[in-house]
Amino acid sequence: MSEMPPTMNITEQKIEPRANGSLRAYLRSIAAIVWKDLAAEFRSRELIGAMLVFAALVIVVFNFALELDIRTRETVTSGVLWVTFAFAGTLGLNRSMAIEKDRGCLDGLLLAPVDRSAIYFGKAIGNLFFMLIVEAIILPMYSVLYNVNLFQPGLIFVILLGSIGYTAVGTLLASMAVQARTRDVLLPILLFPVLIPLLLAAVKASNGFLQGFEIAEIMPWVNIMIAYDVIFIAVAFMVFDFVVEE
Amino acid sequence: MEHKPKALTVLNWLTGAVFVVALYIVLIWAPQEAIMGDVQRVFYFHVSAGWVGALAFLVTAIVGGIYLARGEQRWDRVAQASVEIGVVFAFINIVTGSIWARPIWNTWWTWDPRLVTATIMELIYIAYMMLRRGIEDPDRRARFGAVYSIVGFISVPLTFLSIRIFRTIHPIVVGSSDPAALGAFDMTVDMRVAFFFSLFTFTLLYITLLWHRLRLQVKMEKIEERKLRALSS
Amino acid sequence: MIKVRRLVKTFGPKPVLRGLDFQVAQGEFVALLGPNGAGKTTFLRILATLSRPKMGEVIVAGHHLPAEAAAVRRRLGVVSHQPLLYGDLSAEQNLRFYSWMYGVSDLKQRMDEVLNLVGLYLRRRDLVREFSRGMQQRLAIGRAILHRPDILLFDEPHTGLDQEAAAMLDGVLREIAAAGRTVVMTSHDISRAADLADRVDILSKGVIAASENTDALDSIQLTELYRAVTRV
Repeated sequence: MSEMPPTMNITEQKIEPRANGSLRAYLRSIAAIVWKDLAAEFRSRELIGAMLVFAALVIVVFNFALELDIRTRETVTSGVLWVTFAFAGTLGLNRSMAIEKDRGCLDGLLLAPVDRSAIYFGKAIGNLFFMLIVEAIILPMYSVLYNVNLFQPGLIFVILLGSIGYTAVGTLLASMAVQARTRDVLLPILLFPVLIPLLLAAVKASNGFLQGFEIAEIMPWVNIMIAYDVIFIAVAFMVFDFVVEE
Repeated sequence: MEHKPKALTVLNWLTGAVFVVALYIVLIWAPQEAIMGDVQRVFYFHVSAGWVGALAFLVTAIVGGIYLARGEQRWDRVAQASVEIGVVFAFINIVTGSIWARPIWNTWWTWDPRLVTATIMELIYIAYMMLRRGIEDPDRRARFGAVYSIVGFISVPLTFLSIRIFRTIHPIVVGSSDPAALGAFDMTVDMRVAFFFSLFTFTLLYITLLWHRLRLQVKMEKIEERKLRALSS
Repeated sequence: MIKVRRLVKTFGPKPVLRGLDFQVAQGEFVALLGPNGAGKTTFLRILATLSRPKMGEVIVAGHHLPAEAAAVRRRLGVVSHQPLLYGDLSAEQNLRFYSWMYGVSDLKQRMDEVLNLVGLYLRRRDLVREFSRGMQQRLAIGRAILHRPDILLFDEPHTGLDQEAAAMLDGVLREIAAAGRTVVMTSHDISRAADLADRVDILSKGVIAASENTDALDSIQLTELYRAVTRV
């Protein structure tokens, strides 16, 4: 190992703390990435704006397209909500990863002395935040427009589970899609077939809670969602290196 | 791989012969099913095609994993070849499923868990191909393909499970009301023979096509290499 | 500090680096010249641990790449073609982010120090997307030295800068290099490279075709050598 190079001023001689491999550094870098995305979004508000407008449009269109009476509306709500979230979500995912690609910032992240999985978790958690923010605005909007009470703990829980799974897989796939030529159209094509078990379970579970089914009936769906989340977070964690490294 | 290896020639003839025999067995030798009649014969090739589709998918995911671990190009070649074959057979599976369903349930499509899962698998295949097509760098293309094939492969059983639960809780009114099987029927011993023989035939067909496709890929790469060398000198 | 032996890198079937040998001693400033597409950026990316060598030996600060890449990163400062900055954040926020990522301890003090060094202290609250190319480059250098690396890698840092901005950049580069750091800089500009560096290496056809100390040759001789060596 080489010795410290001769320096010009005193402050240069301060020894940097050994951040490699320590848990604190790992968590700090994840937090840093989440902070960065939130701070940037706070300035530009492009991402959330786009997602919100899109989601609002979808809901309005559904209203005209489906022309439902009160009772049918109740059974359709969970489907409409999840379709909305799924499509609006791709906007967020695309934009989030595009930021890193566009100014070569991904290299900046890769140069840092942290494990690659920290990048994955940082981006995924950031994406999750954005998705939850959008959902938090859509829920009251939908409630008001359709005169349905959506503020039930069961439903909130399902939305949380579903969003976690969505961003876990979505972040991984978006990291790949953004590096391809056909970047914008590719993400939904890659994501939706793989997302189906999660979406199906989310819709059924949401519906179960909204319509007041027995917990026993809803549990299989919740279990699928939990299994999906755990499996895909693990898979993404293991393969993410191969997606970002050269 | 300059000259066609003897083993491949033998395999070609073997597969061809076996296929002819399979046709005979399925179309003529196998007994006619009591309720559905002759259209039931589609079933043998329908399931065999589905089997090859799934097998090809599994192979792609496995060699994808090996490629990620080893970085050796030949594994990626197998993945590419396997996907091309799989996408065709999965399509045959879906189409024959439709052909079978139509005269029996008077519908082109039933929301049977296996058929839906097979269709989703086909969509993942197509997404895989589109992903690869959109990436220039060969190494990155191979890595991404491998990652997606693994993700896709893991999602398929989950898809099947969720649709299966969906069907048992909410049976579809139109079409088959039995969630467990598309056109369930009891197979006689003869039918079983026909069934397993056609599975065997199609597996042989898969291996033969895979081998041919791999050779083709190697030749194409050699041409590319020579082209580059010619251009740079 | 940096030792490279028989480095090979291919882009699919196409070879870019063909058994390249390269050495940099501690504290040396080496300029790497070469025509477009020669592989300068590819080579620099490998040194920066952003890309893996296909074959050959790459040792940076005693660590073999790519196996020990993680250990090397703390000691590298990289300025690439692209600024690696987030346009929607201010200069200060960008530096803060990278300070966190690198575990810089005396954050506020260090950030102010760096901003002063690159002459951006007064614009620290402004968004990076409003910066000129020259300012972004300077901030990019600030980002690169934030964690006090002893090895610096610059990939054509003068690209897109006008004379004034380039001169300002040179000032910063000289000051950084004077602190005894090891620097590898790729460039198109022969005279500027000769001015700043201790040594000039010329990358052509996938290998280092020539290597000369800058006090041995003047600018004209260097240009002649460059032409001779990169002739197709």
